Amino acid sequence: MRLGRVIGTVVATRRSTGLEGVKLLVVQPLDEDRRPTGRPEIAADATAQAGPGELVFMVASREAAQALPDLFAPVDLAITGLVDDVHVVAAARRGPPTAAWRREE
Amino acid sequence: MYLGRVIGSVVATIKIAHLADHRLLMVDRLDLDGKVTGAYDIAVDVVQAGPGDTVLVLDEGNGARQILGLDPGAVRTVIVGIVDEVTLAGDRG
Repeated sequence: MRLGRVIGTVVATRRSTGLEGVKLLVVQPLDEDRRPTGRPEIAADATAQAGPGELVFMVASREAAQALPDLFAPVDLAITGLVDDVHVVAAARRGPPTAAWRREE
Repeated sequence: MYLGRVIGSVVATIKIAHLADHRLLMVDRLDLDGKVTGAYDIAVDVVQAGPGDTVLVLDEGNGARQILGLDPGAVRTVIVGIVDEVTLAGDRG
């Protein structure tokens, strides 16, 4: 799952089978420091509670449909949670790995 | 699967039922020198990993569902191990 910011809504009256009742939102993917990265995408809202401005996380690919009532819904991105807080431990990103790291000659 | 480093955690009260009772950690993918790359995932943790830990990350839905006992389950990324040691061949194959 990755972070995203909801930046809009999508209305689509004529839909394919399996997409009925699915709430569609425009989401800007974010990097781990919550900066925009890559292009905006359309996500199905599996929480039913997301809205513009909300910080969310999303699951992509085949697993997106698993978040919806119809497991075969034609979606490739779904919002699976609303973020209360992100704790990034700056020190954890620096320094050597905790695992022993060896390179054979 | 890939090698990653736990760099933080994500707290969410409102989330799909599949994620209830699971810790969500931010894991950054490592390069072959063991350095973070900036590519990240929010992963379910089943091995009690903590910040800084070098971990083994599964990024595939069927395996994720199986290890979490979910069907259906909208989860793809799971921290499945804490890595003690990595040894690379000098010539990289």
